[in-house]
Amino acid sequence: MLNFTIRRLLLAIPTLLFISLIIFLLLTLAPGDPTANLPLSIPPEVKQQIRESLGLGQAWYIRFVLWVKAFYITEPLYLIESLTGWDVYGDQQRVLSWQFRSPVMDIVTQRLPQTLWVVGLAYLVGALIAVPIGIISAYRQYSMFDQIGTFVSMIGFSVPTFFTGVLLIVIFSVWMPLDSFFWLPSIYDTTLEVTNWETFVKQVRQMILPVTVLALFNAAQISRFMRASMLDNLNQDYVRTARAKGLSEKTVVFVHVLRNSMIPVVTVIALGVPQVFGGAIITEQVFKVNGLGQLLITAIQASDIPTVQTLTVIFAALIIFFNLIADILYGVLDPRIRYD
Amino acid sequence: MNLKATLLGAAAAFAMAPMAMAERGSDGHVNIIYWQAPSLMNPYLSGGTKDLEAASLVIEPLARYDETGAIVPWLVDTVPTVENGGVAEDLTSITWTLSEGLLWSDGTPVTSADVRFSWEYCTAEGGGCAQSEKYNDVTDVEIVDDRTVIVHFGISKPFPYGPFVGAQSPIIQASQFADCLGAAAPSCTDANFSPIGTGPFTVTDFRPNDVISLEANQNYRDANLPAFSSVTFKGGGDATAAGRAVLETGEFDYAWNLQLAPDVLANMQSAGQGQIVSGFGTLVERIMVNMTDVNPDLGEERGTAAHPHPFLTDRDVRQALSMAIDRALLTEIGYGDAGRPSCNVLPAPAIYASTANDGCLVQDIAGANALLDAAGWERGSDGVRERDGVRLSMLYQTSTNAVRQDFQALIKQWWSEIGVETELRNLDASVFFGGDPASPDTFQKFFADVEMYANNFDGTDPESYMANWACEQAPRPETQWQGNNMPRFCSEEYDALVAEMSTTGDINERARLAKAMNDMLMQEYVIIPLVDRGRVSAHSNTLGGVILNTWDSELWNAADWHRLSN
Repeated sequence: MLNFTIRRLLLAIPTLLFISLIIFLLLTLAPGDPTANLPLSIPPEVKQQIRESLGLGQAWYIRFVLWVKAFYITEPLYLIESLTGWDVYGDQQRVLSWQFRSPVMDIVTQRLPQTLWVVGLAYLVGALIAVPIGIISAYRQYSMFDQIGTFVSMIGFSVPTFFTGVLLIVIFSVWMPLDSFFWLPSIYDTTLEVTNWETFVKQVRQMILPVTVLALFNAAQISRFMRASMLDNLNQDYVRTARAKGLSEKTVVFVHVLRNSMIPVVTVIALGVPQVFGGAIITEQVFKVNGLGQLLITAIQASDIPTVQTLTVIFAALIIFFNLIADILYGVLDPRIRYD
Repeated sequence: MNLKATLLGAAAAFAMAPMAMAERGSDGHVNIIYWQAPSLMNPYLSGGTKDLEAASLVIEPLARYDETGAIVPWLVDTVPTVENGGVAEDLTSITWTLSEGLLWSDGTPVTSADVRFSWEYCTAEGGGCAQSEKYNDVTDVEIVDDRTVIVHFGISKPFPYGPFVGAQSPIIQASQFADCLGAAAPSCTDANFSPIGTGPFTVTDFRPNDVISLEANQNYRDANLPAFSSVTFKGGGDATAAGRAVLETGEFDYAWNLQLAPDVLANMQSAGQGQIVSGFGTLVERIMVNMTDVNPDLGEERGTAAHPHPFLTDRDVRQALSMAIDRALLTEIGYGDAGRPSCNVLPAPAIYASTANDGCLVQDIAGANALLDAAGWERGSDGVRERDGVRLSMLYQTSTNAVRQDFQALIKQWWSEIGVETELRNLDASVFFGGDPASPDTFQKFFADVEMYANNFDGTDPESYMANWACEQAPRPETQWQGNNMPRFCSEEYDALVAEMSTTGDINERARLAKAMNDMLMQEYVIIPLVDRGRVSAHSNTLGGVILNTWDSELWNAADWHRLSN
């Protein structure tokens, strides 16, 4: 298992470099100009100077090598220095955003908490409600509960978040009177710091709407997987054997069936985690959470190539990492699976 | 009568009371939402309107424009003019004297060295200063004493209010930005995120593209201002959500630039939480007519003056295209109260606005048809007019934007009624407005027959704006396709007017010249103006002191904003 993990981690290095190159080429070849959003009253010569000051005067391969050096060498060194205080970073060029003219990674760390709080919590809540719903729906197939569960998950699956989000805002922020207990804010305050009970309540209240919207979407997806996987296993011979041995229904369902059914579901859940870090572009925009998803979309709109490149490569790294986690988890859930 | 007068007086006294007793920070907190989030607080590094306006809460110019477009002194006591001796007789220098006792928010005095430094900062090599045009022709900024600077120009400048006037060219603190000149500018993250300024507020926390927290500047020049002790400047989302947050849910006090359908805005306002304010500047949505042939077979010479357009060089065709358009309908559909039909490419300020072209306000399809018939353009079997084998068939391009696509569809319909065939095309804004000389799809290359976009100019002086249509401004291969004369219009007479304006100091004479240039462009129909687009913002009913200013930053008078008690 250890060998397998090390081998996979080593293999990740060329994979990431290759992904970086592909993303860089896609971004460079795509049309777009970081000065296109400036007012037309700024003359073209000035725009040309701005482009040159951003480093756009250099050939693409030089820009790529500079980015690789800054992202894979300078940034980790900077991280080590800020964590340990060792003097390893010096003052080399970090990855600078074209929009903010400041290091991209600083903004990423600034954005991470709100994304993890809102999108991460929604994922957790979604998974926590999806698993029991999936189990019960499968165990009592075609019952009332199953029908309602199917209906709700179909809605969660097919109604886009930009609709549910705005719908909830209209109900809870616009129609609800301001002084009502049920009134909830439509705009997320990212500057709020939880220091006491009052601010904690405020934080919970502003998270309710975005978390609900996202959790509904996540739960719909995961509960369908859980149900299908449970149904596959419930009709297996080993389940009949277990029942014939006189095991209680509880043991049959939770020990035998559930553990086997979790294998595909764990893959789905683990592979979904990188998306949490990717943020929820639409939901973040609707509730002004301004997390990583909003950072990515504004960077794309502004043709801020260093930011888009850095974020997408981080997502790629996370996907590779969580694929590995999912593979390791298989081994834990099913002792027959061994990689060595 | 006496009783009534007394009561009125008492009521007035009560109404005045909060104003009179107001002291710094007494009105608590104010929430502002900009649906485009600011990325930087340094307008010299980022020319975006959102960044410019956020920065205007903190850093200020020597003088700025008020809501009528007049220049008002800001960090000085008087605006220098030729009459008061502040501007040299030969128009080559202007002398500014800072107000006495001005302090930066860190408590140090503002001196003429800071003014000189602001010029050095923006003109430093390799800095990519977005506002360097403001400092065009400045040869030196001479420090006379601690409070006096003389800006010297290399040529005579009839309008010397480019440098240090308006939100685009504020004064920054020399000691804070001293190590940030030229190529080092981006490395000064702290300075770019929280500049030390003279404005009513100072930055306490800046989160790029998200939110800015500000508090009252304790060293602000008026001891009783600003009335608010802190500001949250939130960015992100979209115009609908921003409008909703002010007009419907009441979570925010001020929302900027609400480009929304007129009925959506009216609906929001009916919720009773706030009100809409609008104002007009110089932004005109217009169609540019290409005078050159863009046939791809021409290769390198495509879109250059060497090959005139096969039919758009016929003035009758251009006039017919303009006559067929119903500007009132376009305005109603696209902008509602935030727009008005325009027949001029230079619609404001009032002294520059011509009335000679107002005939265009009425759509005249029959007249356009008659004009084309008389010019010998005959309808073919498919209804499209042609003459000598040349068909009136055009490519009409613009940027991707819901309103612009509506306009394209309507205009295509009207043009088909006069026998002109139109093919529509829309391009992503970042490509269309991007200056990439290698891309065939930029608005400068203009590889289409007509194109539509909006443009305006900073401040109130139209000299450089009107100079956009001089012959030498035509984008062509020799200029790497840069330039502002998209129609490639070229007239000696027009160039003479441009040259004359650049040496004329008298304001009335300048107005006459600007009008003459506008009328020439309009009557040649090389630019077809459509809509004069206004600015729409919204503020809460409890926020007082808002004066919408389209000539400068919308937040120009944030120091005077205060809370109204209901």
